[in-house]
Amino acid sequence: MDFTEKKIEKIKFTLFSPELIRKMSVIKVTVPDTYNEDGYPIDGGLMDQHMGVIDPGLRCKTCGGTVHSCPGHFGHIDLVRPVLHSEFARIVAAMLKMTCSSCSRALIKKGKIDQDMIGSEELLSEMRRAKKCPHCGAKQEEIKFEKPTTIMEGKRALLAIEIRERLSKIPNEDLEVLGLDPESARPEWMVLTALPIPPVQMRPSIILETGERSEDDITHKLVDIIRINQRLEANLNAGAPQLIIEDLWELLQYHITTYFNNESANIPPARHRSGRPLKTLSQRLKGKEGRFRYNLSGKRVNFSSRTVVSPDPNISINEVGVPQYIADELTVPISVTSWNIEQCKELMRRTEYPRVVYVTGKDGRRRRLMDKNMQELIDSLDVGWVIERQLMDGDPVIFNRQPSLHRISMMCHRVKVLPGRTFRLHVAVCPPYNADFDGDEMNLHVPQTYEARAEAEKLMLVEDQIVSPRHGSAITVPNEDHLSGAFLLTRKGIKLTKDEATKFLGAAGIYELPEPGKDGLYSGKAVFSMLLPKGLDIEYKTKLCREVGECSKGSCPYDGYVIIKDGKLLHGVMEKKGFAGLLLEKIFRDHGGAAAREFIDRATKMSVYAVTHFGFSVGVDNYHLDKKMREKIEEVRAKGIKEVEGLIVKYKNKTLERLPGKTLQETLEDHIMAVLGKTRDSTGALLKDYFGQENTSILMANIGSRGSMLNVIQMAAFLGQQAVRGARIKRGYRGRVLPYFKTNDLGAYAKGFVGSSFMDGLTPTEYFFHAAGGRESIVNTAIRTARSGYMQRRLINALQDLYADDDARVRDADGNLIQVVYGGDAKDPMRAKRL
Amino acid sequence: MSKSEQKKKFSVFDHVLVPKHEIVPDPEVGKILEELKVSRDKLPKMLPNDPAAKEIGAKKGDVVRIYRKGPGGEAVYYRLVA
Repeated sequence: MDFTEKKIEKIKFTLFSPELIRKMSVIKVTVPDTYNEDGYPIDGGLMDQHMGVIDPGLRCKTCGGTVHSCPGHFGHIDLVRPVLHSEFARIVAAMLKMTCSSCSRALIKKGKIDQDMIGSEELLSEMRRAKKCPHCGAKQEEIKFEKPTTIMEGKRALLAIEIRERLSKIPNEDLEVLGLDPESARPEWMVLTALPIPPVQMRPSIILETGERSEDDITHKLVDIIRINQRLEANLNAGAPQLIIEDLWELLQYHITTYFNNESANIPPARHRSGRPLKTLSQRLKGKEGRFRYNLSGKRVNFSSRTVVSPDPNISINEVGVPQYIADELTVPISVTSWNIEQCKELMRRTEYPRVVYVTGKDGRRRRLMDKNMQELIDSLDVGWVIERQLMDGDPVIFNRQPSLHRISMMCHRVKVLPGRTFRLHVAVCPPYNADFDGDEMNLHVPQTYEARAEAEKLMLVEDQIVSPRHGSAITVPNEDHLSGAFLLTRKGIKLTKDEATKFLGAAGIYELPEPGKDGLYSGKAVFSMLLPKGLDIEYKTKLCREVGECSKGSCPYDGYVIIKDGKLLHGVMEKKGFAGLLLEKIFRDHGGAAAREFIDRATKMSVYAVTHFGFSVGVDNYHLDKKMREKIEEVRAKGIKEVEGLIVKYKNKTLERLPGKTLQETLEDHIMAVLGKTRDSTGALLKDYFGQENTSILMANIGSRGSMLNVIQMAAFLGQQAVRGARIKRGYRGRVLPYFKTNDLGAYAKGFVGSSFMDGLTPTEYFFHAAGGRESIVNTAIRTARSGYMQRRLINALQDLYADDDARVRDADGNLIQVVYGGDAKDPMRAKRL
Repeated sequence: MSKSEQKKKFSVFDHVLVPKHEIVPDPEVGKILEELKVSRDKLPKMLPNDPAAKEIGAKKGDVVRIYRKGPGGEAVYYRLVA
């Protein structure tokens, strides 16, 4: 392709002078109205045809163009009294401050200025501080600016007409001292005497279903301005009292201020009849939904689709299940070459999925393939043509879930066309996308060039993203039932008959058996080992390690130490730390992404089979306590409460020892929080003993597949202390949180301790405390997401075109050196060994 | 603290967190730029009124070498005074 390189040397923004506004205006707008009864634009009105046309059939009276060819032209109105431009009011005030109120010279002697000083802060502040004019000797009153458009001199508000007068008297050479270029920005131009009226194309009226016309907000605002301008003119001509004139003048100022920005400070927004604030010029440009971010930086794409996601453990992590409906609709371009021309023709002959939808010839003309032109197109198909066929199994696509916070929020998957209406994804890729299946939707994009396909496959394929570049540990990991299943299978004493072992391995797509044990049975570990790559050696402590004395390694009674030699699991069980961490990362780094993918795919299927084979469920029985156990828990709770009471007594008779840097009261609160926290945690050990390791809830907490000990405690024992802002709940009435407590009761129950469990149910006051604590965490998440979102936006904007060059130096798009060595060590955390 | 010590000029380099700075002699600059594959104006910048630059007497246009300690040992950084 040919490029003509043109560099923009500079862009200069200047102010409109009233002369320029009038010069470029095609019509002076005088009528505060739009259309007449016949629906025809009124001459001299806001929809005057000189400013362009929006109705088909009419022609622009300035250029003769139609709706499609005329870009529109500016008109203007002459304001009978000058009005401050609110966006420049602050600058105007600064100019007045730095110039003399009577002779309008800059408040500094000529001799005191040398060329380098111009624009310096010292010079400006000297002028601002001047009390007397060095030229005419006039005393200077203090000038104060009040938002949005008032400028006070001493105690008197200056009229726009006076301001304009003063500003226009400033000599050109003094303007340079003030930091203005008189050619492009005379300060009096900041006080409006003529207002440009934007072309109608910028503010088209819309016709409602009822046939009524509805005008744009900008037009509404302009109507207001013209109307007030006319009233002001009539009153001036009639010689109305000064007071009325000033009121109308101020009203005109208000309308013009809100015309530019309807969100200016200290001023009520102008509203539509319905009470909705008007969207005026500033509002059109500003913010996320403004012209810049929404229309100019915002882009839309084709060849993409979006639907709800649901899980499928039977597909590969590299795959994505695509509904037939979507595969029918999306297309992939195929270049016709001498090697594939026959296959292309074959594909073109098809009338059902997968078929060719479009054919593009060498002339670049794109034609839809239909029955009637099929033969003709097949006959003329030639090398260099491009056919677009429907999406097929194995096509690389980019799959994404918003918010796209890191690079693994967009990964390349291979298509697998499936029945149904949802995208199917493997459960192990939920963590990188942060997806679940409670109604989440995801997007899919089909790369449209060979280069894009290659990049997606080589750089973004899921199997190459198993380890996160963020922290160097696995992120595409087994979870929940997948972990539980692997645990159940690899546990001590699991013996499978040949028949069973065959089913386990068959589920994973493995059709050979390991060596049987001496008893002719197959151990779960041996069956699981079939998933591991040959030559894998690793040893690690699992989550089940109890840290009792010296590690007994291979003879650990809890199976808490994993030993894998040459791909054989000799000792230890699968749980989160290894199966979703160390082991997986080892396979990824030593045996590659493909091996890791195969491991996850097969292990998922085998684990799902295992979890159904052995059976695994949770119910209320998991949390049922007998009478004796209830008493035991009650004892622990009572002891904690008593301890708190003891602390309160000590606090009241001042025998409590104050902690360094804390008040006595803070010390008490700290101690109480610690005691109640300890009380709750101590029930954990009791519950573990009572329920035993076989209780599915405890088991899941231990191996890390779902839930934690805290969840078990809160269901079976009690909820414990609720906190707001990290302390006991204290807000509410004076001296008490709720009217059900005595004032100044410091006891545990009066300050948010919940002694009931979820199994018991909560008392009304407990329910209140729990809700208060729960609300805080919800508010915190909401604030956190908003804050981190904005931070992310700023970071992305700052870093967007930095890259690590092939010499490992970080540069930006201009070639500036940003970092001498990427990350200080040029290491890719994804491939670096864990310490 | 004795009087003479008080008079002694405050030095940013006395602080543990301020790394060693030195002006790169002109003949060496070319070699460095070649090694980093950048032109002089594409080097990272530092202000002429940077306390460290002032102290070593670096002028506008000088290249400063900074020895910084990082997790991977000592690393060398370059700054153009601009």
